[in-house]
Amino acid sequence: MAELLKVQGLTVTAEDTELLHGAELTIGEGETHVLMGPNGAGKSTLGSTIMGSPEYTVTGGSIFFDGEDITEESADKRAKRGLFISFQNPIEIGGITLSDFMRTALEQITGKRIKLFDFRKRLYAAMDILEMDHSYADRDLNVGFSGGEKKKAEILQLLMLRPRLAILDETDSGLDVDAVKTVSKGIEEYLKSCGGSLLIITHNTKILEAIKVDRTHIIVSGKIVAEGGAELVDYVNENGFEKYIGEKA
Amino acid sequence: MKEKTTVADVDRSLYDFRYEEDEADRLSSGITPEIIREISAEKGDPEWMLDLRLKALDIYNRTKMPEWGPSIEGLDMDNIVTYIRPKSRMNTDWNDVPEDIKNTFERLGIPQAERESLAGVGAQYDSELVYHNVRKEVAESGVVYTDLESAMHDERYAELIRSHFMKLVPPTDHKFAALHGAVWSGGSFVYVPKGVKLEIPLQSYFRLNAKGAGQFEHTLIIVEEDAYLHFIEGCSAPKYYEAGLHAGCVELFVGKNSTLRYSTIENWSKNMYNLNTKRAIVAEGAKVEWVSGSFGSHVSYLYPMSILNGKGARAEFTGITFAGEGQNLDTGAKIVHNAPETSSYMNTKSISKSGGISTFRSSVQINENAVGSKSAVSCESLMLDGISRSDTIPIMDIRTDKADVGHEARIGRISDEAVFYLMSRGLDEQTAKAMIVSGFADNVSKELPLEYAVEMNNLIKLEMIGSIG
Repeated sequence: MAELLKVQGLTVTAEDTELLHGAELTIGEGETHVLMGPNGAGKSTLGSTIMGSPEYTVTGGSIFFDGEDITEESADKRAKRGLFISFQNPIEIGGITLSDFMRTALEQITGKRIKLFDFRKRLYAAMDILEMDHSYADRDLNVGFSGGEKKKAEILQLLMLRPRLAILDETDSGLDVDAVKTVSKGIEEYLKSCGGSLLIITHNTKILEAIKVDRTHIIVSGKIVAEGGAELVDYVNENGFEKYIGEKA
Repeated sequence: MKEKTTVADVDRSLYDFRYEEDEADRLSSGITPEIIREISAEKGDPEWMLDLRLKALDIYNRTKMPEWGPSIEGLDMDNIVTYIRPKSRMNTDWNDVPEDIKNTFERLGIPQAERESLAGVGAQYDSELVYHNVRKEVAESGVVYTDLESAMHDERYAELIRSHFMKLVPPTDHKFAALHGAVWSGGSFVYVPKGVKLEIPLQSYFRLNAKGAGQFEHTLIIVEEDAYLHFIEGCSAPKYYEAGLHAGCVELFVGKNSTLRYSTIENWSKNMYNLNTKRAIVAEGAKVEWVSGSFGSHVSYLYPMSILNGKGARAEFTGITFAGEGQNLDTGAKIVHNAPETSSYMNTKSISKSGGISTFRSSVQINENAVGSKSAVSCESLMLDGISRSDTIPIMDIRTDKADVGHEARIGRISDEAVFYLMSRGLDEQTAKAMIVSGFADNVSKELPLEYAVEMNNLIKLEMIGSIG
């Protein structure tokens, strides 16, 4: 399949500490990849850097999206190209309703005005898939949402913005069994309706049960140390990361 | 260009006046009793008003400039005469309107028709229409809403005005209150009789008119017992004068068990010194609600004051201040609890960017007799960059131990994390920041009537985008 994302020799620092040391990652169009690794290995750093977080400085290597070098691009331009990240800890922003925000984002990304009525219809349909009460649409962005509702709101944005590649940063963490199921349903819907690619960052395999994984990457101490198919997920599930940590040392 | 054409069409008379003014200018400088007499004669003031003006002038001459706030050294007091004299108000040259304000006006999307009516206000007759429309609707209930000068000459209201005018804000209050007393011109008079609850707000739109209302306008509102009024002032258009001083005065009398809501958005041109005085006295069981937005101006001193003078009287103050480049906005609110079981609530937000300075002063005084009173003050500041400044200066003077007082202040910078969150969804940096700032101001917008809330958000967007882009 055509290459959608290509990360080459990516070195990243934050506050003078190097967090990624030459990370490599290639994701093809329509593929689902899993990124696993122990705490502090650099999973979120890699995800956020691909999205263009100003928290991290790229000191070496490149990120290509759809064949174009986006290493220096701002996050909004990446979003417009079709990149998306579901944040691990979505920030609360007062005074902006989820609905207003989504509508603005959608208009910015598509470059087209959308009628309030049509927008609301789409929003509610997506909320129904995620079993979100419609009243959340008019609440301030993530303010006072429970952990589960915040994650659902992220997946809601995924469904609304229909990106070409979505990074899901521990979207399943801190969720109970039912919430994981609901969120998985949202992700399946995204794959079905958009045919997009996924980079799923996770500790946990529950969210992967209903999703066909094409490729698995293991990251340890800022480096991709192993790659494999879906079977690698099961291996890690049984044996943990010990083997890779040993390898690295 | 279109706009200029419109203005030129309506304002021809203004240019005529301007010539006359040039002549007059050469004759006088400084404020003298002669000039005050001249103003007074032109207005046909009653005797008591001339006395008040002259006394106020005397106080003005004897009072020192305020030295505790932002510098007003740039204010050339000797030149004040050039815009005190009634004729000189016509001097406003529309072509001198700063470009940014013109753009604001364009981008606010005020339709052509409305823009023409604004120009019309300058030419006077259209502003009458605005008043007439309102007056007709409310007159049947006995509500009076007219300009202060007409009211002063109307024998039905003359005594009311005499007994209330500058009684709440006496000329001795400070130098600019004295100046106001001496040279005031234009303004609104509102009277709501006992038991009348006005459902729709009264709106005083454009203060720029050919009669010379403007920099020294006086607003006098008297709400009798068991009544309700929402008064909105000065919102919908930026006000522009070539002159650099605004020293208006607002006096609100809120009768027993009544509620008066007073909303303003001040959006001055950025060369303006805005030294405005606003005050309310609130009787037993009554309530005053202030909603105040301060945009524009070079320097502002603005601290609406509420005197809770009867048992159970309440005051609520919701305010927002936005200080951009070259602006030093010193705003706040004062509450005096002067009766038992009174309560006050202050909730303000201030935003500073591009080197703007925003200072919030709150003053709460709870007198010995105000047992069982409550006061809560909350102020939040948002600085959008490293060169802007935000200060909070709370003053509390509590003279009884039987009161409940709370104060909360938060000063913060715009969060990079929040900006990144919005940008990751496709919003460019400006739009993301503007959205966060609008969100920050949201609790104030919510207090405003819809069209003003929309306008305030537009103003924020303009302020945000204007400087980044």
